[in-house]
Amino acid sequence: MSDIVLETRNLKRYFGAFLATNDVSLKVERGARHALIGPNGAGKTTLINLLTGVLPPSEGQVFLEGEDITSMASFRRVKRGLTRTFQINQLFSEFTPLETVALAIAEREGVGHNLWRSIAGYGKVVDEAATLLARFGLASVMAERTVILPYGKQRLLEIALAFASKPRVLLLDEPAAGVPEDERHEVLSIVSDLPADVTVLLIEHDMDLVFSFANRISVLVAGALFTEGTVAEISADPRVKAVYLGENA
Amino acid sequence: MLTILFDGVAYGMLLFILACGLTVTLGLMNFINLAHGAFAMAGGYVTVIMMNRYGISFYWCLPAAFLVSALIGLVLERTLYQWLYQAPHLDQVLFSIGIVFMAIAATDYFMGGQQQLINLPPELSGRMDVFGVGVGRYRLFTIVVCALLAVALQFILSKTRFGSRLRAAVDDRRVAMGLGINVPLVFALTFAFGSGLAGLGGAMGAEILGLDPNFPLKFMIYFLIVVSVGGTSTVSGPFLAALLLGIADVAGKYYVPAIGPFVIYALMIVMLIVRPNGLFARGGR
Amino acid sequence: MSAVQQETTVTANPTADAESRATRLMKRRSRVRFYEIVIWLAAIAAYFVLPSKMLILTEIAILALFAVSLDLVLGFAGIVSLGHTAFFGFGAYIAGLLALHFIAEPVIGLIVAGILSGVLGLLTSFLILRGSDLTRLMTTLGIGLMMAELANQMAWLTGGADGLSGFSLNPVLGLFEFDLFGKTGYLYCLAVLFIGTMIMRRIAFSPFGLSLKAIKGNPMRAAMIAVPARKRIVTAYTIAAVFAGMAGALLAQTTSFVSPDVLAFHRSADVLLVLVIGGTGYLYGGIFGAVLFTLVKDWLSVVTPQYWMFYIGLILVVLVLIGRDRLARWIEYLPERFSKSKEEGR
Repeated sequence: MSDIVLETRNLKRYFGAFLATNDVSLKVERGARHALIGPNGAGKTTLINLLTGVLPPSEGQVFLEGEDITSMASFRRVKRGLTRTFQINQLFSEFTPLETVALAIAEREGVGHNLWRSIAGYGKVVDEAATLLARFGLASVMAERTVILPYGKQRLLEIALAFASKPRVLLLDEPAAGVPEDERHEVLSIVSDLPADVTVLLIEHDMDLVFSFANRISVLVAGALFTEGTVAEISADPRVKAVYLGENA
Repeated sequence: MLTILFDGVAYGMLLFILACGLTVTLGLMNFINLAHGAFAMAGGYVTVIMMNRYGISFYWCLPAAFLVSALIGLVLERTLYQWLYQAPHLDQVLFSIGIVFMAIAATDYFMGGQQQLINLPPELSGRMDVFGVGVGRYRLFTIVVCALLAVALQFILSKTRFGSRLRAAVDDRRVAMGLGINVPLVFALTFAFGSGLAGLGGAMGAEILGLDPNFPLKFMIYFLIVVSVGGTSTVSGPFLAALLLGIADVAGKYYVPAIGPFVIYALMIVMLIVRPNGLFARGGR
Repeated sequence: MSAVQQETTVTANPTADAESRATRLMKRRSRVRFYEIVIWLAAIAAYFVLPSKMLILTEIAILALFAVSLDLVLGFAGIVSLGHTAFFGFGAYIAGLLALHFIAEPVIGLIVAGILSGVLGLLTSFLILRGSDLTRLMTTLGIGLMMAELANQMAWLTGGADGLSGFSLNPVLGLFEFDLFGKTGYLYCLAVLFIGTMIMRRIAFSPFGLSLKAIKGNPMRAAMIAVPARKRIVTAYTIAAVFAGMAGALLAQTTSFVSPDVLAFHRSADVLLVLVIGGTGYLYGGIFGAVLFTLVKDWLSVVTPQYWMFYIGLILVVLVLIGRDRLARWIEYLPERFSKSKEEGR
């Protein structure tokens, strides 16, 4: 038996009469590098939103390590190791990258509720934030307001922020979108360097990236799971090509 | 018992006419206009001045109240409000409280701080007996007028060209502009219309709700309850919310005078706990 | 990961370098600013320089504490409250009733009023967790009005429209007697304001304070870094209620009178205006704003005793139209901020 970390059962989500997620039953194994692909409007981001509790599902359930988390608040899911990045940067525009990352680490360490000690007093938190920022090439801008950073830096901060929570399951929603071509592989190589027991679910349009990164691929079409398999299987599957060509040609 | 219910319905209908303009500015333009009551007050004072100083018939005062308030609304929308549609809610709140304060002080200056009274035409005063139920003639008049207005409003929004333009402008401002809809004009007219309705409500409500310079503050909480409980996406939501609020308030003040003033707050709190997203919110988000 | 790291590999040990810089920056965040020292020195100097102005100085100190408490809710947690005076008024009545019936020691009265206001804040905070800005406006306004109505209805306890009077207070801590000129009153209020501001200052620079700003800045992202927003808002709202209640208690104690006006809506609006004048989100805005607001209001009530409300309204409208951000940014031009941005820009 394989070890399933993240699972959905018959997940559905309606927007009005429109069915954005259609009966999706997905299983993600521990340590997998799992990619979720599909044409535009296939409902990939909606699925991530359902997994992380940003949206409640209309029907169905979500399980994290065997536990039903369908109605659990987002922040609790993060505490249990389920973290994500957003397709469109979601950052604190008035914070500096240092403040942003330090807060995430403080919350992970369970000291975010402390209202008496200055953050500067948490040496380990600050050091770890600095290390993480350096790793993402953000050390030089750690004291700038986030809103004035160039887009690429903001994108790196978005990903660094997910790392700060030390996730056991990381959901990446098009992490390379907007990152200059030559830095894309760098971003994914940092992701690849994650410990083997960290599970990654990746949404990505760039097929080269997907094929070089993933060891398992699920294809989503019109809200429903279309097919699933290894990289070799998917890349050889003529139906997947048809779906993509039909959309992108 | 039925009389209370009847009075409550009349009261609720008035609240609806008063508040529905706010529903529009809020739901359609995302503007929290706490000064909505000031437009209602303007309508009330127009009526008072016309009737008491110039002896003009009450029936002429109602359309005049509508027009004057609508005109004030139009002017203020073009000169001030339109700059704040995209502003944070805090700005809108501060701005509209400022308008309220100015309206209160100005009214006090010109008209004095006392309660204003109007003399209704004889055919509208007194009570009559309908199937054994004592019915205030004026309240019956109020219910009929407000009900007609509510139906007309529903019709305008759902069936007319202007209504569809309005909905388009709200759904996506840029697309609507691309389609050649004059969005600022639509907004201005809508704002003016909502203000006009408030003015009409203020004129009709002078008898039932009372009228003094503090009117905008006194009824601010009622308006807020109507729009947040009723929601802003339909006409029927605020309508039912206003009816509920009107009946509860009248019944509470009649049956349990000691705690009567608290009935609306109790209602508000119960609503918050039971239906935090509004009485008629659609499921999910 | 070399390309991404390129810029930091100039120095021998980039990580250690980043760590020491981060530590320095974090310490710098909570460092005492120049204007802070100036304002407290000025407040003390006022005691000696303006002996005839004790009453208005006291008024400023009380309003400042009230506004600083609102900043925690508005400037940090981002919640627009139309009923913050519920706690101010509640604290005033508690302090008045305590002095009238039980104990005339001001400090004990102050603490009790603060605690009970905090309890009220805790109970009502659960109502503001739900819904949108609009429902929060409704709820906070409703709570404020409800408290005013309660005070009005429970005339047997609160004196109704006449208010509470006929109580006097013992010397502060048994040492400093309240004098006719209000000198003790001013120093007492100033001391409470100072302690309150220092406490909230600590909160502002704690992880808790940062997490509040995160909730305000981007609630969805805050949830995704495991910030429990509801718990934090409840805590912030409760703390704010404690200090608002204390401000109310100070007013009751220094004037020996509680009028129903302490719960009036215009106070909730006034304190919003105070904060907006001074700027939100850095605590001292409440103090700067209180000084300006009280001076303007005092001047207006002399010029136009009956209609000063009109001009307060006008100020609100003009302030918003000009753009309160632009006005509040003046603080950035103070010397301390200037030197800071220079260092950080490097």
